[in-house]
Amino acid sequence: MMTEITSAVWFLACNTTDVPENGGVCIKYKDEQIALFNFSRRNEWYATQNECPHRKQMALSRGMIGSNNNEPKVACPFHKKTFSLQTGECLSGDECSIKTYPVKIEDGKVFIGV
Amino acid sequence: MMQIVVIGNGMVGYKFCEKLIAKAPNQFQITVFGEEIRPAYDRVHLSEFFAGKSADDLSMAPASWYQEHGIKLYLGDPVQTIDRSNKKVTSFHGIITHYDILVMATGSSAFVPSIPGVEKKGVFIYRTIEDLELMADWAKHAKKGAVIGGGLLGLEAAKAMIDLGINDTHVIEFASRLMPRQIDSAGSAILTSKLEALGLTIHTSKNTIEIAGDDAIQSMKFSDGSHIDADMLVISAGIKPRDELAVQSGLSTGERGGILVNESMQTSDENIYAIGECALYNSMIYGLVAPGYEMADIVVTNLLGGNKAFLGFDMSTKLKLIGIDVASFGNPFAEGDGIRSIAIEDRHKGIYKRVNISSDGKTLLGGVLVGDADQYNALLQTCKNKIILPPNPEDIILGARGGDGEPGAGITALPDDALICSCESVSKGDICAAVSEGGCETVDAIKKCTKAGTGCGGCIPMVKDLMLYTMKAQGKIVRTVLCEHFNFSRQELFDLVKIKKIKTYDEVLSQLGTGDGCELCKPPVASILASLWNENILKKGNDTAQDSNDRFLANIQKGGTYSVVPRIPGGEITPEKLIAIGEVAKKYQLYTKITGGQRIDLFGAHLSDLPEIWQELIDAGFESGHAYGKSLRTVKSCVGSTWCRFGLHDSVSFAIRIEERYRGLRSPHKLKGGVSGCIRECAEAQSKDFGIIATEKGWNLYVCGNGGSKPQHALLLASDIDEETCIKYLDRFLMFYVKTADPLTRTATWLNKMEGGIAYLKAVVIEDALGMNAAWEADMVNHVDTYECEWKAAIETPELRKRFNHFVNAPTEKDPSIEFDEMRAQKKAKDWK
Repeated sequence: MMTEITSAVWFLACNTTDVPENGGVCIKYKDEQIALFNFSRRNEWYATQNECPHRKQMALSRGMIGSNNNEPKVACPFHKKTFSLQTGECLSGDECSIKTYPVKIEDGKVFIGV
Repeated sequence: MMQIVVIGNGMVGYKFCEKLIAKAPNQFQITVFGEEIRPAYDRVHLSEFFAGKSADDLSMAPASWYQEHGIKLYLGDPVQTIDRSNKKVTSFHGIITHYDILVMATGSSAFVPSIPGVEKKGVFIYRTIEDLELMADWAKHAKKGAVIGGGLLGLEAAKAMIDLGINDTHVIEFASRLMPRQIDSAGSAILTSKLEALGLTIHTSKNTIEIAGDDAIQSMKFSDGSHIDADMLVISAGIKPRDELAVQSGLSTGERGGILVNESMQTSDENIYAIGECALYNSMIYGLVAPGYEMADIVVTNLLGGNKAFLGFDMSTKLKLIGIDVASFGNPFAEGDGIRSIAIEDRHKGIYKRVNISSDGKTLLGGVLVGDADQYNALLQTCKNKIILPPNPEDIILGARGGDGEPGAGITALPDDALICSCESVSKGDICAAVSEGGCETVDAIKKCTKAGTGCGGCIPMVKDLMLYTMKAQGKIVRTVLCEHFNFSRQELFDLVKIKKIKTYDEVLSQLGTGDGCELCKPPVASILASLWNENILKKGNDTAQDSNDRFLANIQKGGTYSVVPRIPGGEITPEKLIAIGEVAKKYQLYTKITGGQRIDLFGAHLSDLPEIWQELIDAGFESGHAYGKSLRTVKSCVGSTWCRFGLHDSVSFAIRIEERYRGLRSPHKLKGGVSGCIRECAEAQSKDFGIIATEKGWNLYVCGNGGSKPQHALLLASDIDEETCIKYLDRFLMFYVKTADPLTRTATWLNKMEGGIAYLKAVVIEDALGMNAAWEADMVNHVDTYECEWKAAIETPELRKRFNHFVNAPTEKDPSIEFDEMRAQKKAKDWK
């Protein structure tokens, strides 16, 4: 990613080719589920919690990504609540937010800062 | 930091916290004590609990919200004593908390009249989720229900009884009519007849004198000597303010209950406020949520040094009772002094409307609407803002007859301070400013910016109209475009993609759009690509432009599992295939249910099991049923002339032929068809997007019907035509629809918006008025020739197949968060958490 990143632990999640372009996959990290997004249109990678806080469904990795006034976002497939991929803030007016994780790419491998 | 203690965590108590946090985060230490075990929930929509909503669906905010905002929340722990001299409260569990300011939002309890036998089993009140759970439990063995109270809450309770399956329910009202505080006797009569048509029995002017039975209720006796049998009773005869704590602490209370407050909502102790249904202002208890929210806002404003007074509240209300609109506004009963009342009554349709007009004919004083309350918002605004009425004031309920009406005149005439959202006190000026200055150009943006429409949601149509009106006034062209990324309507985009021969979403966005796309434009563009080129929807990177269901070729269900629907054309299936479905369901432990479209739905499949399930189904001769797609679902059929003694033609064979012709056709919305073998219409073809009914001479073709929330009958397009002509017309009709409808528009809505309606559609499809028929028929032939089963392609293509795993880095593991419950010997999804 393009912003400066500091993270204590970098977890090797998968290869870049494992993630569809402009889409997401779910990563298992210990007991956590992390949604990883390859926003190839912007040449950016994002990671968030996989659980949608609205109905507590493990589904964000299966959501569509896109932008809202240039802010990258993901829409939960269940009820189309949208969240900023940068800040985790809910963009559809609800009082909830999601956790985001830093991502870095090295030699075709995707690392998530946990 | 100033300590604020809130007693009560109902809707108003919660709203107070929300408003205070929003206006002054981190300025106060807030502690909340609630008597119920759940955080505040939406009591207004309580009856939806029985209609399938869970306690969490109704929740105002989860417990985590309080935590995130530093609010200490004690649930199941009501405050027992207030020590006013030391400014301390003590809770049931013995928690002692100091306060600088105390806010009492203790609400109300159900008023239970002292009728002998009221303590018997099977007698309930209707107030909390716990009450509902007790009711649901008892209702399993109850057959005849009764509700005491024919007011707003009583009728809500009657709806709950119907939802609980007790269809034989009596409503008993003491007054001479239903909803005596809101509507007049003519309106009440219409309401009564509509409710009786739904199976309720309504008794008015009835005074219950005894609830009889041994241990549990068996019957009810009335003062007029009559009686009814009932084994379940809900008392919903009014509310009683919860003021016992106030009385005990020596605060002033009203003679008939309620904590006395001044216009700042202060009680007789200047450090204690009371808001919501427990507060008595000017001899009145305000038993609606909107004034409660207003009171919360007044306390918040005054705490922050502002100056705002409560000046009473408009008690106008609109609600849907068991599907029937009922509204009253202003003074619904105004009479005398030259006041004119205009009323219209249509007993056949069950509509009653009354408006009361000032003696000079210029202003609207109030009114009643039953059966159709679409005009409520406009009338309420006209009334509240004293807008000058047109010369023929009856036009406001009848609509202008003859001459050109001025569309949008309703909202443009409103003054800036007209309250549009009464739940959140948002004025017209606030909304227009959010659009013109705040740059909000979607309803969602306005909701976020102003909170308008986030309460009951009733004002959203007006919010949208105001937004469009403001944008137009700014000279912005308002068009039905897909979203911020495409400045085109679906039809324009369809033509452009076709002309430019673009095959992928990403290319469409690069050539015709801007930005990165979103969940609003991706599915319609993906659908256009599929309609035009009929290529596999998961290839060429188009998979991530599909909505979740299309992306995984299955329907996502509660809990994150998927359902599987193999195609069963015309609903005809061999025993061998039935067994194959049963075996697959057993092997993968799937819940099975017959769908409305004559096929079998298998629920509860893990994402990673989908390819194997489909492998087995395809081996048994099945193919995708496209239940996940905006495309042809089923063509339902009756058994037809092969077996039925009335059947004129073979409806099953024709249905299969049609279903197989149009299977996989991607369209703006789902498509359903039906074929009936005679006029008895057992396939319900007239409720489908296209329906075909056998006649002595051939077939009648109907189009543009649908079921769903607004059912609409299909209209006759052509009569007595043969099979080939019927298919030719269908090819043209479907292609016309696919090419020109807006996203997510069913054929019925598409036709409703079409200028010229069915006559124009006939001219296009039958007489070739657009000269497009040859091209559309060729397009359809191309569709039929290039059709392939998506699931077959998915399981045979390794790079597609590998996407059907939950964890990309642990492909053999299933999602451990998925849980099931059991019901009637099958599994069901665990309820929303």
